[in-house]
Amino acid sequence: MKSDRPEPLLAVRGLTVAARDKRGRETVIVDDVSFDVAPGAVIALIGESGSGKTTISLGCMGYARPGCHITGGSVMLQGQSVLDQPLPALQRLRGKDITYVAQSAAASFNGAMRIDDQVIEIPVITGAMTRAEALERARGLYAALGLPDPDTIGRRYPHQVSGGQLQRLMAAMAMISDPRLLILDEPTTALDVTTQIEVLHAFKTLIRDNRTAAIYVTHDLSLVAQVADHILVLRDGRMVEHGPTEQIIAAPRAPYTRALMDAAHVMPEEIASPRIAAVPEAPLLQVRGVTAGYGRDREIIALRDIDLSIGHGQTVGVIGESGSGKTTLGRIISGLMAPVSGEVLLDGRPLAARVAQRARGDLKQVQFAFQMADVALNPRQRIGKILGRPMRFYRGLGQAESDREVARLLERVELPTAFAQRFPPELSGGQRQRVNLARALAAEPRLIICDEITSALDTIVAQQILDLLASLQKDLNLSYMFITHDIATVARIADRIAVMRLGRIVQQGPVDQVLTPPCHEYTRLLLNSVPEMRTDWLDQAVHERRRLVAALDGTPEAKR
Amino acid sequence: MKLTEIIGRRLLIGVATLLFVSVLVFVGTEILPGDVAYAILGRGATPELLQQVRDRLGLDEPLVVRYFVWLTATLSGDLGTSLANGTDISTEIARRGSNTLILALSTAVVAVPLAVALGLLAATRPGGAVDRVISGASLALISFPDFLVAVALVSIFAVQLGWLPAIASIRPSYDLFDWIRVLILPVLALVFTILAHMVRMTRSAVLNVLSSPAIEMAILKGVPRRRLLMRHALPNAIGPIINVIALNLAYIVSGVVVIETLFNFPGLGRYMVEAVTNRDVPIVQACAMIFCSVYVLLNLAADILAVIANPRVRYPK
Repeated sequence: MKSDRPEPLLAVRGLTVAARDKRGRETVIVDDVSFDVAPGAVIALIGESGSGKTTISLGCMGYARPGCHITGGSVMLQGQSVLDQPLPALQRLRGKDITYVAQSAAASFNGAMRIDDQVIEIPVITGAMTRAEALERARGLYAALGLPDPDTIGRRYPHQVSGGQLQRLMAAMAMISDPRLLILDEPTTALDVTTQIEVLHAFKTLIRDNRTAAIYVTHDLSLVAQVADHILVLRDGRMVEHGPTEQIIAAPRAPYTRALMDAAHVMPEEIASPRIAAVPEAPLLQVRGVTAGYGRDREIIALRDIDLSIGHGQTVGVIGESGSGKTTLGRIISGLMAPVSGEVLLDGRPLAARVAQRARGDLKQVQFAFQMADVALNPRQRIGKILGRPMRFYRGLGQAESDREVARLLERVELPTAFAQRFPPELSGGQRQRVNLARALAAEPRLIICDEITSALDTIVAQQILDLLASLQKDLNLSYMFITHDIATVARIADRIAVMRLGRIVQQGPVDQVLTPPCHEYTRLLLNSVPEMRTDWLDQAVHERRRLVAALDGTPEAKR
Repeated sequence: MKLTEIIGRRLLIGVATLLFVSVLVFVGTEILPGDVAYAILGRGATPELLQQVRDRLGLDEPLVVRYFVWLTATLSGDLGTSLANGTDISTEIARRGSNTLILALSTAVVAVPLAVALGLLAATRPGGAVDRVISGASLALISFPDFLVAVALVSIFAVQLGWLPAIASIRPSYDLFDWIRVLILPVLALVFTILAHMVRMTRSAVLNVLSSPAIEMAILKGVPRRRLLMRHALPNAIGPIINVIALNLAYIVSGVVVIETLFNFPGLGRYMVEAVTNRDVPIVQACAMIFCSVYVLLNLAADILAVIANPRVRYPK
């Protein structure tokens, strides 16, 4: 923390950005935002989607996305007005003084160019460095960021390296010209939880060692605690609260900041033991010895010898990183994919392997809620039709009955009944996810497979969906299989947990037992990756992570 | 999948397509109305003579047998002789084919670079004046059929202004200058018919890439506009552009039939039209096979080029 205020590196005053829709109407999306960035300091812009945080950070570079334009205010970079520069001067400024790390490096790297060519492009074409000099500096940055094979990794194309590596390579691209200000826009959001802390640590070290000032954009308060000196909380394009990190975290003043704190992805203080006593009871659904694979001969094994059971009214959390096989397991249970061997039993009766062979009565019992509500809902069908169809198909309701049921169901998921006449694109992300859930409920199932249904949502909205799930379960005695990579969420809502890694369940049992030491190394790695609010968490977590990863590399499933 | 494997598979598919096409061509010409023997002999046909011709041509053999006889002959390069005047079809096709090739290549050389350049130009400022003129003009051109464009060109440049010949017949004495003079109108007519489609596809492919996060990143890196377009956007749009170019070059094949007939140009297209009028079945079959092969090969080439242009395929994980 710097208490003496030197001349700010960047001074943003009254920044206002408006968006123009197709009819030419203007909406203000960033309204009168002011803040300073001191040399070498890190300020975090935090807020949910639509809060204007990305728009502000782009505005600092004198850029507005197509359809938006900066209508007022000033951005001064050490006394030089960024917004008044002609385009060629702006281009020089963007390549050298203020640089940007985008949210998804996988999408933001050019797939048709080698990584090195993109990293060194600006210093080489502006003549600031020769190609050889730039390459040497790039390799130094790759090494500093902890990338493997720093001498050769840049010769690859973006699709040939992993997401976590790409994100670091993008940081190297941003740092190559030694910028005065680095803008990081949700740089770890698209990564797996256990990769996230390694990348975050690399960024933090890089910023600290180069004494670069940075603007860190995120929706996750616990991440910000690790890197930022100051926090600016935003909502609907307006400033809600602005202050030093310690103060915001220890004593948030605005109610909205407190709501953000409450919904942050941190582990609950205490993990409740399951509500249902472990009386031996016939489970609703059982998975027995399932092995499954992809490929022409299903030779690429995605699941190995899976046993899992889900009781009546129970929530079973299935956690693991991308590629662990958790979604495949959901697909097997719902019959979207047939196993190579093993079986799925409902009420002790084996289910047919594929959806097409299952009786309608069986299909009705197990419904699926997909991750991306905006993709899973037909944008050209009214909500009433989307919800009414499964009612008629599974329950044989007539038109009038299903209309009444749609209204009732919409109330049940806390949406206005008038939404029956709306189309999915007119709804917000959280509302769409409610419709997505309502569609699964429309069949009156006993089990809903929820595949990462809160992962794409802002923390506060996600919390509301989880509350809804809990209340539905209480009223309807529903069972959930909750697939996620977020162990903190699972710790709050699940009765049982299955931890998956590389196609196997490495540990399963009641939630309190699985998450209380001693646990499997991989479970510990996942637990270790959940950010904590205290500001000194990151360094410790990275250290622990390296130890656990080394231990895991020696386990039998990793040797496959 | 490895690159060679992908290309090998595409080639196999190409060969299979051509075989299928040969069946279609053969059966198609078989069901043309009229008896070939009768067509050859005309009014003087007696039942004996008709039978003699049928025996000589093997017309009484079953369809399948005649197909394989024709296929093996065609594959070995023997295209047969004209029923109408007994000339060797291969020689005639070589002569007229090279004329058509000159016509088609001249069209491609003018149309492809022009289309890509106009498409890029339109994409630099979508909704701007240049874009509106290019998009409007190309939309208008798409709406006119090729024969109408050709007739309009002739009536303006040949009839009204008298600058260029209305007929494109070729004499052996022609030098390069005569060739160019004769080719301008037919080439222009063909360029107009295929240009618009390529311009529009190039524009939309480039615009599509320009709205991607990778391009926003390049803008935020301060990449100058021209480099943004040529180095960042174009290589990513090249796949769809190659495809639409190949499709339109293949379209020239059907275009030449119309244009050659209109301009009386001695190429393959007119050869085939004349043969259809005379029921000269071997010529129709040979020309149809050539046109179909060009179509299939161009699309095959586009597929392979698009695969090669994609680094994800060139450098697998």
